Amino acid sequence: MVIDNVNRLARRILAFAFLLSLAGTVQAQLQIEIVDGNPSALPIAVVPFEWLEEGYPPIDTVEQIVANDLYRSGLFDPMAVEDMPDRPADAEGIRFGTWRLLQVDYIVIGKVRTPADGQGHEIHYQLFDVHKQERLLSRITTVGPGDLRFGAHKVSDSIYEALTGVPGAFSTRIAYVTATGTGGETHYELVVADADGFGPQSIVGSPEPLLSPAWSPDGRRLAYVSFEQGNSAIYVQDVATGARELVSSGRGINGAPAFSPDGSKLALTLSRTGNPEIYVRDMATGLTKQIVQHWSIDTEPAWSPDGRYVYFTSDRAGRPQIYKVPAGGGNPERVTLEGEYNARASISPDGRKIAVAQGKGNEYRIAVWDIESERFTILTPGRMDESPSYAPNGSMILYATREGDRGVLSAVSADGSVRTRLILSEGDVREPAWSPVIR
Amino acid sequence: MKSAWRLTLALMITFTFAACKSTPEPVDEPAQVEEKPPVQVDTKPALDPRDYTNADNFDNPESLLSKRVIYFDFDKSTVLPQYRPIVEAHAAYLASSSSARMTLEGHADERGTREYNLGLGERRGNAVSGLMSAQGGRGSQMNVVSYGEERPTCRVSDEECWAMNRRVEIVYTAR
Repeated sequence: MVIDNVNRLARRILAFAFLLSLAGTVQAQLQIEIVDGNPSALPIAVVPFEWLEEGYPPIDTVEQIVANDLYRSGLFDPMAVEDMPDRPADAEGIRFGTWRLLQVDYIVIGKVRTPADGQGHEIHYQLFDVHKQERLLSRITTVGPGDLRFGAHKVSDSIYEALTGVPGAFSTRIAYVTATGTGGETHYELVVADADGFGPQSIVGSPEPLLSPAWSPDGRRLAYVSFEQGNSAIYVQDVATGARELVSSGRGINGAPAFSPDGSKLALTLSRTGNPEIYVRDMATGLTKQIVQHWSIDTEPAWSPDGRYVYFTSDRAGRPQIYKVPAGGGNPERVTLEGEYNARASISPDGRKIAVAQGKGNEYRIAVWDIESERFTILTPGRMDESPSYAPNGSMILYATREGDRGVLSAVSADGSVRTRLILSEGDVREPAWSPVIR
Repeated sequence: MKSAWRLTLALMITFTFAACKSTPEPVDEPAQVEEKPPVQVDTKPALDPRDYTNADNFDNPESLLSKRVIYFDFDKSTVLPQYRPIVEAHAAYLASSSSARMTLEGHADERGTREYNLGLGERRGNAVSGLMSAQGGRGSQMNVVSYGEERPTCRVSDEECWAMNRRVEIVYTAR
């Protein structure tokens, strides 16, 4: 026991030294903190997974990653490891009575071992209902070398699905833009990170503004707007290789790219006629078709999940509101009927709700328009909240907000009950885009 | 008579010397006399700040040509009356100099969404461009680029700062 503790202490010191050595090279990571908790979060114990591989487990253990994922969803209240009465790794070792006394509703146990071929990791895990003493899940997730974090997020996804009925979105990614420095010295980066903010990687760096990243439905490419040529231009970049294609750089605005759900088309905003209009570009042929025509500002296209309609922002009635038009072109129809300023639509994966940046005076909040009931629900407190982006399972909305004079990212649960804040240690973080389910 | 003639001669010599010397030189220190190049003196007519065909007025703070930022009301793209004379001055310059080219950079404050603000910045640039065209500038001399809210001059979230950021900047690419 004493030796075990000494070993663990030594390991922690080593781990800390390792982190320090990395600190100079690794980019500042996002930190997550719950702003408003959910009192009805489910008590769950994610018991430390038994490490059966050679050497020591990584610093961020599988059980920690899983517990953090479940915690920030707002729906779960994971027990601290030091509060656990014991650490069973097999079903026979679970003393259900003890866990029940500790008011734990669910328990997750597991092991990590090297697969038979010697490559990567096998995560064996089981989920139990403590009160019914019943096994709800028993699975093996296999990932390649270096993908243990991803494997842990996969475990979180299936636990989330088993307990909520909705597939998890923890193994997805986010893209966002950072701006550091001021005035002429500002440096912009387009960054891709895991959905929990870990592993940020800059995929574009520029002295000129970057904005509006949008994922392809296969999660392999990002479309974005760059001012590197002195005017706005749209690029599509392969996330893994960095290879990119200039899609549009005509006179006027080239903005707001959005891939169609099948990935074959890209909706975009062009002002080559003199004012911004919505166009749809066929990615295979490069042919571009204008789908709306009006002297007002028409921009920020967003596809309906079935690909039949394009929602967009227009100020044709005086102030910005959300409209929709058939994807092949036609007569636009106004969608949002309340509020003085509604813009930048993000459509829920089931197609029933539209998240927008809603302005009232100088306050901007994220609000959700229910298409069927024709009502808004305001989800965030403001006062500079914008760029909503639905998680691919619809459970949360990522958005940009301001804290003092700098931009930060936050996520809010779809019902508004839980908010988490993702903080980058320096610079201005904005323009978040939640990826589809990938890999 | 003779002495009067001598005085006249003496005066003439003195005046001739005086006329030849542009600067008085310390004659009693011959060691420091150096061969100096003659001082260049430019002469030009007085600069009329209201002459908007004269490129010298770009740097003359008295002239409207030295003013190259137009400010706007929130969510509006109308060129306000107080800024029309500035636009007209630059339009007159464009009309007088066919080789002159300018970029009209449209900007918005941080309120509202970034892509909508790109549209708003462009609308402001177009408003200035339209007014210049009506005053004699040619469309081919002007290029509108919108930066939306991406290039603020001021980063505080208050009305004073927002007012500074809602603007069109006239940037000459050729004079």
